[in-house]
Amino acid sequence: MSVAQAAALPIAERARAAVELDNVEKTYGTGKSAVKALKGVSFDIADNEFFTLLGPSGCGKTTLLRALAWFESVTAGTIRLFGEDIVDVPTYKRSINTVFQHYSLFPHMSVAENVAYGLKRLKKSKSEIEATVADMLELVKMTDFAGRLPAQLSGGQQQRVALARALAPHPKVLLLDEPLSALDLKLRQSMRQELKQIQARTGITFIFVTHDQDEALSMSDRVAVMSAGYVQQVGTPNEIYEHPANRFVAGFVGDANFIDAQITSPVGDTVTCRTKGGAVLQADARNLLEGQRDVTLFLRPEKVKLAKVGAATVDGEITDIQYLGNSTMMQIDIGEAEPLVVTEPLGEVDQRLRQVGDRVGVILSPSALQILVE
Amino acid sequence: MANLPSNPALRRTLSLAPALGIIGIFMLIPVGIIAVFSFLEAKSFGGVVWSFSTDAYVQLLYERALDDSLILSPGYLIIIWRSFLLAGIAMLCCLVVGFPVAYFISRQPLQHRNMWILLITIPFWTNQLVRTFAWIIILGRNGIIEAPFHWVGILGSDDTLGLMYSNFAIAVGLTYTFIPLMVLPIYASLEKLDFTLVEAAADLYSSKWEAFSKVIIPLSKPGIIAGCLLVFIPSLGAFIQPDLLGGGKNMMLGTLVQFQFSTARNWPFGAAIAMILLAAVVIFLMIYARAARGQQKMELH
Repeated sequence: MSVAQAAALPIAERARAAVELDNVEKTYGTGKSAVKALKGVSFDIADNEFFTLLGPSGCGKTTLLRALAWFESVTAGTIRLFGEDIVDVPTYKRSINTVFQHYSLFPHMSVAENVAYGLKRLKKSKSEIEATVADMLELVKMTDFAGRLPAQLSGGQQQRVALARALAPHPKVLLLDEPLSALDLKLRQSMRQELKQIQARTGITFIFVTHDQDEALSMSDRVAVMSAGYVQQVGTPNEIYEHPANRFVAGFVGDANFIDAQITSPVGDTVTCRTKGGAVLQADARNLLEGQRDVTLFLRPEKVKLAKVGAATVDGEITDIQYLGNSTMMQIDIGEAEPLVVTEPLGEVDQRLRQVGDRVGVILSPSALQILVE
Repeated sequence: MANLPSNPALRRTLSLAPALGIIGIFMLIPVGIIAVFSFLEAKSFGGVVWSFSTDAYVQLLYERALDDSLILSPGYLIIIWRSFLLAGIAMLCCLVVGFPVAYFISRQPLQHRNMWILLITIPFWTNQLVRTFAWIIILGRNGIIEAPFHWVGILGSDDTLGLMYSNFAIAVGLTYTFIPLMVLPIYASLEKLDFTLVEAAADLYSSKWEAFSKVIIPLSKPGIIAGCLLVFIPSLGAFIQPDLLGGGKNMMLGTLVQFQFSTARNWPFGAAIAMILLAAVVIFLMIYARAARGQQKMELH
């Protein structure tokens, strides 16, 4: 699956794309010191979609978000909002609102005044403003705090107010810039669920920026994985995780094993390959390019099953065991360049059964072994 | 440190003693003397006669006629009015010029800001008297501003624009002298301001002007108030500018006090004017304290 194919929505969906990005480029500086932060970014975001931009810091996801809000201009390309080209439309005229990473609530205004701010600028009637503010505060469960100043709220509460403030003008698109990164783990997890529910209830298109793959996979309808200014892959969380487009996506979203191998059989649904370590493996052939001989095989740690020595695909020796509570993570030397990382759910298996130095059989099923497009 | 008393209250008093001593000796005692003098009678050739009298305060409003009856005299009220007016004008001019300067500096890269602040404070290194004299060369007869009018022939050789020795010249002098005191506190406020708040305002449909008036101005209010006080208070009691640029005929409170202690030799009256000036300053500081309390609430965590 190529990046271009993944990016395009079905034709029926395209008609109601909320945001269309076409070859968007952003360059900072000029001449030799020029840095390209966005390189030919093209994809569409459907209306009413929870869309996530996922990538490590410096990948360009925040630049893209700032370009959507027009805090920064783009160097080339077009951005359309429901069909309208908005490249030259300034921030305050765009029906796009932002939830900022550090909330950026106005410290001199009460919670209610913060939420009312955008509505006032839009010259809504007083009664409409009051009603919307009440609705929004209820939506984020902050009704009791309407009169407080932001400094009198906890981080999680400020987060809710920031969300209410950005939702109040009912924008066409809501941008969320790593909004959960400043919260502690428990709060982060409950906010994920809540954000998802609020998105569904309001019907507003959410564009969520994060470097946290768990957030991306758990909340999104679709995810765009970015790296070094490029969009690496656009797809549903399942597509991204099960069928990563390339080595970067495979390694960034979840844990992955990579095994270098050579094709030794004719191509069918599966192919036979020989690894550098000499093992002969069957792999899923769907990503194989014509005439390609050298391939990288990719395998998720939890897809590996362990068995008795001799009763599996290959045998290996456990070199490390980490106890993770609900599972154990093991490193198993199977004679390749890198030891194989394997996670095994604990369930009824007693973790004391396996010890460093044990020899085990490793089952590598053809459906779990995929060929990566480099 | 070993010999400090163990009683915490006593220890606190002792450690504050140097500061309290300095405030007492250099502030409270002189102010007390002036307060006492303002309620005494004047000696004919300077100094005071030790008998209680409110004459000095009466003199501000009334003139004593030959038959000892009091006649309302606006002369000193006009001076007080002029002082407030010119101090107010200087304050507004400093604000209008100083705010953009402070904003500009606060938006510079961090490593350049100190250089700009240094440039703002450079005039402080030169004697104020000399700097004020320089304005005579700029504003005065045949000065830098007038000279071109003479060359072109719009003004005859004996004509003048009359810029010098006027309220205008005093206002220019006050603005020039005190503008750093406006720039510095506003800069301190703006530097602390989180500029993503301005982005947030734009994001929520604020035009540039609305972002400025609804977010930047309210959040830099403490700096603006501090700057206004720091300009207004010394302008109110300024002496050099009205004396040199006003030519002595446009008196302000500062020149009036100086005149009473020197030429007029009426110490109690000079002391009474000084007390009025002090009362005005205290009132303005109380207004500031109120505003500052509101600010503290906002920064509470």
